[in-house]
Amino acid sequence: MFYREAGDFRTSYTDDSQTFPITFDRYCYFAILAVAFLVIPFLINDYWANAVLVPLLVWSMAAIGLNILTGYCGQVSLGTGGFMAVGAYACYKLMTAFPDLSIVFCVLFGGVVTALVGVLFGLPSLRIKGFYLAVATLAAQFFLVWLFNKVPWFYNYSASGQINAPERTVFGIAVTGPNVEAWAKYLFCLCFVFVFAWGARNLTRGAVGRSWMAIRDMDIAAEIIGVDPLKAKLSAFAVSSFYIGMAGAMFFANYLGAVEVTEAFGINQSFLVLFMIIVGGLGSILGSFAGAAFLVLMPVLLKNLLAGWLGWDTSIATHFEFIIVGGLIVFMLIAEPHGMAQLWRIIKEKLRLWPFPHAN
Amino acid sequence: MNDSAALMDIRNITLKFGGVTALEDVSFDIQEGEVRAIIGPNGAGKSSMLNVISGFYHPQEGGIWFRGERRPAMPSHRIARQGVARTFQNIALFSRMTTLDNIMTGRVTLMRPNLLTHMLWWGRAEREESEHREKVERIIDFLEIQTIRKTPVGRLPYGLQKRVELGRALAAEPALLLLDEPMAGMNVEEKEDMCRFILDVKEEFGTTIALIEHDMGVVMDVSDRVVVMDYGRKIGDGTPDEVRNNQDVIDAYLGVQH
Ligand SMILES: Nc1ncnc2c1ncn2[C@@H]1O[C@H](COP(=O)(O)OP(=O)(O)O)[C@@H](O)[C@H]1O
Ligand SMILES: [Mg+2]
Repeated sequence: MFYREAGDFRTSYTDDSQTFPITFDRYCYFAILAVAFLVIPFLINDYWANAVLVPLLVWSMAAIGLNILTGYCGQVSLGTGGFMAVGAYACYKLMTAFPDLSIVFCVLFGGVVTALVGVLFGLPSLRIKGFYLAVATLAAQFFLVWLFNKVPWFYNYSASGQINAPERTVFGIAVTGPNVEAWAKYLFCLCFVFVFAWGARNLTRGAVGRSWMAIRDMDIAAEIIGVDPLKAKLSAFAVSSFYIGMAGAMFFANYLGAVEVTEAFGINQSFLVLFMIIVGGLGSILGSFAGAAFLVLMPVLLKNLLAGWLGWDTSIATHFEFIIVGGLIVFMLIAEPHGMAQLWRIIKEKLRLWPFPHAN
Repeated sequence: MNDSAALMDIRNITLKFGGVTALEDVSFDIQEGEVRAIIGPNGAGKSSMLNVISGFYHPQEGGIWFRGERRPAMPSHRIARQGVARTFQNIALFSRMTTLDNIMTGRVTLMRPNLLTHMLWWGRAEREESEHREKVERIIDFLEIQTIRKTPVGRLPYGLQKRVELGRALAAEPALLLLDEPMAGMNVEEKEDMCRFILDVKEEFGTTIALIEHDMGVVMDVSDRVVVMDYGRKIGDGTPDEVRNNQDVIDAYLGVQH
């Protein structure tokens, strides 16, 4: 009844192509933003920041990145972990080489370096696709992790082989390092994710996004009607890697504070992000958030449920957590192969017609 | 026919796939503003000819002169930029994109998107999108597909998909429009609609059209000149009436049911 466009007149093409054409959606979006920016920072504590909110933001950023490449442009990648490592190490090197430089620049720099590396490893996509491309990116994953392990220059010759984020501030408030407060790192990550999620949405609704999707849906036809496959694919690799690199930088600098490359950026992470976008929905920014939320929140929820309320032994609970999350992913995919974003779309369509399901 | 007036001149094209010769020494021209039909039985090499023109197949011999100049070997997306747009025999739409996005993509050759401004959706990016949208809306009106604007094309029935594909090609504002069996598999009513659209395109936009069609009635109605092909060779060329009375053509094609 209330959820529809009736009375919502769009009088320009700009209005018609906006992200939330339905007024109700727009209000929801502003409400969520208000809560995220104005309420949560006052309520957040260390547990919520470290177990839920900061990882949620970081993984959302990574998921948006991979979704641009795989969901929008149709190029499969298993190199996400490796690309995150590039972002983390680039950020680290810049942070330590120029201690006075703003951390904002360091994170952006992590993204830019990763974009360049992404383009390099994206070159094979001009000749191969699908399964073969996945294998090529897998090689990138292993190569990059190996590189950061083997070359001490990357971790500044530290004895442990780890990299540690020194303290850096924004407006005098620490956002990295041992003394960082929960709300500060949350807000730092939130700003990045908000700005770049909005940027990704803009990119994907315009000419750039259409070229990517054209390549995804039918690459030969796309080229014949004038899409330059080289530009489309490499720009997708660049933008995707830029996001993933920033996610890696935040994962290292804000979230963990100290990382060891094999552990933090292994192949597991590549699969994790791939799960996120498949469960959330390929080719959807909202789906990237939904998938990241699903895979970040489920384990936390289950841990609390099994170990906390049911009083199970933690090691058994951990095993069951894996089994249940795995089962849920399979169930989700059988129930709705196009992910949570599609589910949401269907619900919205039903809502719009309610209570007259046959109108239209 | 004056050679210099030809929009496209196709000279001595030979195209081989391993042992199969798909085209053998085929030459013809396409004049500015005309509807040029290519007819012939299945496997005659008609689609191969369009693929050569749009740069998807590379002939072993011969060349193509476009606007009086020999076209160097170049990838097909650059040929599209020269003003050659087409539809495909087996619809090749972007199935998960909406009708609107498909047709907007048709204008890719006319846009120069910049990653940064598009990310900010600001200034030139927003203006450009709106301007192109306006042009696309005109095509949507012209093809009478307003109601399916926001529908993913994969869900549309065949006849409508053909129409959207025509829209996508028109959106490029091409100098030369190639249509590969635009009416194949359509019922009489849909065929009539499509015929009307093709003639309207010619009249309203002045677009030069080369089309492949099996239905002789349609060919006689819409085309100015006809190329007849059989087994990869050109066996006839002329106005519909001339072609209809050509003995080779009657033997090879018109007389025999395919
Ligand atoms: N990509 C290809 N590879 C091999 N043979 C091809 C290819 N494309 C077309 N051919 C062959 O070229 C000949 C002409 O095909 P085509 O141009 O599709 O005919 P038409 O469109 O007139 O029905 C056929 O014998 C076909 O098998
Ligand atoms: Mg054919």
